[in-house]
Amino acid sequence: MPGTGPARPTDRAEWTPVSSVSNSPTSNSATSSAKRVETLTQVVIRFAGDSGDGMQLTGDRFTVETAAFGNSLSTLPDFPAEIRAPAGTLPGVSAFQLHFADHSVVTPGDAPTVLVAMNPAALKANLGDLPKGGTVIVDTDEFTKRNLAKVGYTVSPLEDGSLADYQVHAVALTTMTVDAISRLDLSRKDAERAKNMFALGLLSWLYHRPLEGTRRFLETKFAKKPDILKANLVALEAGWSFGETTEGFAVHYEVKPAALPAGRYRTIRGNQALAFGLVAAAERAGLPLFLGSYPITPASDILHELSNLKHFGVRTFQAEDEIAGVAAALGASYGGSLGVTTTSGPGVALKAETIGLAVALELPLIVVDVQRGGPSTGLPTKTEQADLLQVLFGRNGEAPVPVVAAQSASDCFAAALEAARIALTYRTPVFLLSDGYLANGSEPWRIPDVQTLPDLRVPFATEPNGGTEDRPLFLPYLRDPETLARPWAIPGTAGLEHRIGGIEKKDGTGDISYDPANHDFMVRTRAAKVAGIDVPDLQVDDPSGDADILVLGWGSTFGPITGAVRNLRAAGLPVAQAHLRHLNPMPANTVEVLRSYRKVIVPEMNLGQLALLLRGLYLVDAIAVNQVRGLPFRVADLEAAVRSVAEGTFTRTDVGSAGRYGPVAGPVVPTIEITGEDA
Amino acid sequence: MTEPSTPTRPARPARGAGPVLLDAPALRHLPKADGPQSAKEFKSDQEVRWCPGCGDYAILAAVQNFLPQLGVKRENIVFISGIGCAARFPYYVNTFGMHSIHGRAPAIATGLATSRSDLSVWVVSGDGDALSIGGNHLIHALRRNVNLKILLFNNRIYGLTKGQYSPTSEIGKLTKSTPLGSVDTPFNPVSLALGAEASFVARTIDSDRTHLTSMLQAAASHPGTSLVEIYQNCNIFNDGAFDPLKDSTSKDEVTIRLEHGQPIRFGIGGHRGVRRDHAGRLEVVDVDQVGVDALLVHDAHDPDPSTAFAISRLSDPETLDQTPIGIFRDVKRPTYEAAMTAQIDTAIARRGQGDLSALLAGRDTWTVGSGQVGSGR
Repeated sequence: MPGTGPARPTDRAEWTPVSSVSNSPTSNSATSSAKRVETLTQVVIRFAGDSGDGMQLTGDRFTVETAAFGNSLSTLPDFPAEIRAPAGTLPGVSAFQLHFADHSVVTPGDAPTVLVAMNPAALKANLGDLPKGGTVIVDTDEFTKRNLAKVGYTVSPLEDGSLADYQVHAVALTTMTVDAISRLDLSRKDAERAKNMFALGLLSWLYHRPLEGTRRFLETKFAKKPDILKANLVALEAGWSFGETTEGFAVHYEVKPAALPAGRYRTIRGNQALAFGLVAAAERAGLPLFLGSYPITPASDILHELSNLKHFGVRTFQAEDEIAGVAAALGASYGGSLGVTTTSGPGVALKAETIGLAVALELPLIVVDVQRGGPSTGLPTKTEQADLLQVLFGRNGEAPVPVVAAQSASDCFAAALEAARIALTYRTPVFLLSDGYLANGSEPWRIPDVQTLPDLRVPFATEPNGGTEDRPLFLPYLRDPETLARPWAIPGTAGLEHRIGGIEKKDGTGDISYDPANHDFMVRTRAAKVAGIDVPDLQVDDPSGDADILVLGWGSTFGPITGAVRNLRAAGLPVAQAHLRHLNPMPANTVEVLRSYRKVIVPEMNLGQLALLLRGLYLVDAIAVNQVRGLPFRVADLEAAVRSVAEGTFTRTDVGSAGRYGPVAGPVVPTIEITGEDA
Repeated sequence: MTEPSTPTRPARPARGAGPVLLDAPALRHLPKADGPQSAKEFKSDQEVRWCPGCGDYAILAAVQNFLPQLGVKRENIVFISGIGCAARFPYYVNTFGMHSIHGRAPAIATGLATSRSDLSVWVVSGDGDALSIGGNHLIHALRRNVNLKILLFNNRIYGLTKGQYSPTSEIGKLTKSTPLGSVDTPFNPVSLALGAEASFVARTIDSDRTHLTSMLQAAASHPGTSLVEIYQNCNIFNDGAFDPLKDSTSKDEVTIRLEHGQPIRFGIGGHRGVRRDHAGRLEVVDVDQVGVDALLVHDAHDPDPSTAFAISRLSDPETLDQTPIGIFRDVKRPTYEAAMTAQIDTAIARRGQGDLSALLAGRDTWTVGSGQVGSGR
């Protein structure tokens, strides 16, 4: 059963075997259970099923229940790019992993302790990730000859003993769902569709999750379809009752609430947090928000969120292509809006020329890149952080753009405000980096007090700033001596009529200029403006002060790095951790921090892009630890990599290949030449 | 029939001096200039650097002379261009202006116009900029009916890159990049615009100041996207491309001057006319033979664009015989920004002005006290 067997997740410092056994009913939902209750410190559940089985919804609802119960949590949705791959096939499997605990968790968990498999494909695709002794709950109704054959099973794994190492609960989920709602006048197909709610009810019973939130959710979702609502409610209750009454489940579990900082919380997904951050930034800047965007996975949800916030005065423009998306956003910025465009890597490539124009025009613009696996179309629904060099350098000419990266789903909110601060203060396009993992992952978020958010108001130019008293002039490129920002003079302002453009312009007047010295000056000035952006110092977490190894990350690796560092420290290896929010410019103390440690390890979901920068900018022998599996790092992989560096056994071929640490067999491919040597 | 948006002309202002102001519903929401404006005010301090003899000079002068008729505050007028010879235009007009990147002016202008309904936004583009690299943005601006006035300078050649064939160049065109002649079928910009759901499409000629000005007036008075194709002579790389329409000996014979409500009649003495044949197609006929009553009466306000399209097909892309100029189509349709604003107003009416605190909190929240856990909504 979960937690009692050897199914230990690999971030083991967080893991404590059963700490207490109690027969008393828990405080929350299971008020009259006669069954034994065991207390766990944490659980990792993976819901897996066919794309049409509603696993993402089931996972979302279990997440909300878990959050409401007060556990710390982190989630990882993992779905295919195909909208509906053929039913019952391996490519059609959709999964949702949830890690929840009575203490702070930072990752969705390396491996599940419980696997809910709604069909043979889901079992086959996910069983390899489940440690021996783990719990498997399967819908036996789906284990038909036909479904088994679809994924290459000749004999049912439920019958051939191949699951002997696991705790298997074979449950006729579909039949019981259909039976439970038989008295409703529904087609069998509609009845079967409620089986995910049966599974949710069962799991909710198993882990003492409250059902009230899900009931309310269903009532809203199916308000206009009373039959479907009733079916889902009945299935949910039936799943719960089945757990309570069946002899198959002798024990159920509780995971006590985590001690989180005081405050009011909600769960939030990264894309949602990012959208809210943009709305908040516009409100704090006192500017209308304009989004120009073209749908692209995994960024589209930001467009959807903002399109639903028209009552905030948000204008969303679904453009004809990626270029028009950013161009319209730039046009809106020119007119005095907070212009934003949202996209993923392929879209960034298309927008490059327009972003270069924004650099030349020196207007505020936020370009959100929700990174996904590349190159080209790559892995649209999977995560990666391989656009760093593209956003830094993927434009013609010297076109510096500040880069801000979010480190967790909820941090997308604060990162959006920070991107807006830089864009508005310095009149520059800014890249805001997220990725597929942050976009779709969710975590608890302490809801901020709006009044405490930064004041982002910047003044528009209203008066001529040059010439003589008799003949006042407006100089569109006369800069603020502190920030080097040029005036933001929006159309409609009398006396400030001026022309700007992509052609090199004369300092001050903005007139077209091909003068060699002026061009050299302007190129350097634009670079100096971005280099001079005020960013907070890099903070180092080194509690003992004894570490001689620093693990430096950026973006969504924050969770796995934090998990690994915690575990290593608990195991007696002092390791320092730092995380870069600003990739351009980097904090002023970065080089000082890097030079304070004997070894600097840089884990990235790319082939060493930040490591290349650190080596080039600071002459630091950064050791690159890389994976590009379309998934976040496993904590265990990072732990092993750091440990091998500490023990002097690290070689460059140890990492950057799934062959060593992951399930993928094959030749070990060395990472690129920049990978650190273990001197 | 939709309501025409043709401007009406009020009497000259009493204080004299000033221009005759346009008065059209589409212009009424724009901030009015304090007093009469002059063409000189719309000339910037920049030296105009087109080739001597370029048709762009005539268009610039016509636009600068026309702008005072808008009576709109100079600071509320914006010219946005892409890349190409024509794209230098904004630098020479003393309003707000942006010289952007190749083909993207309609997209940039869309962002500006949809977020600032108090501006009169003009796009200046060429046949390469608008129809080749920027073709996508042009057709989408037209179908959306964004409040933009697009001036398409068509010289049927690439000028700034020194003489390659363009998407409007005729088949067989000999250029540096087509030494054996172009094999591309050219676009007819008017046909393209009509197919893209344009609500206002007109064509004019750089050298005909009066006609050009009247097209600018009509375009400015139209709510939504106005596309004005301007035949413009490139005297360096494609000199004389429109001579049949300009030469005093031929122009009256080959040019069809479209006038709303009038039978389509052209040629010296009006001896040629356009009528619908038995198959429903348009044909050019001898008026003396068929009589004036048989001719097609031009209806620029016809909600169905198919006749306008048929008229746009009359011209011969090689000889330019039977080339219509004037307003092909001028129909009323809601503008994009008006529809966008209406949705915002409706959303506010239904849900109230957005409350950021409520948004951030959402519906499912719980409270963690100091050391204890509670659940709430």
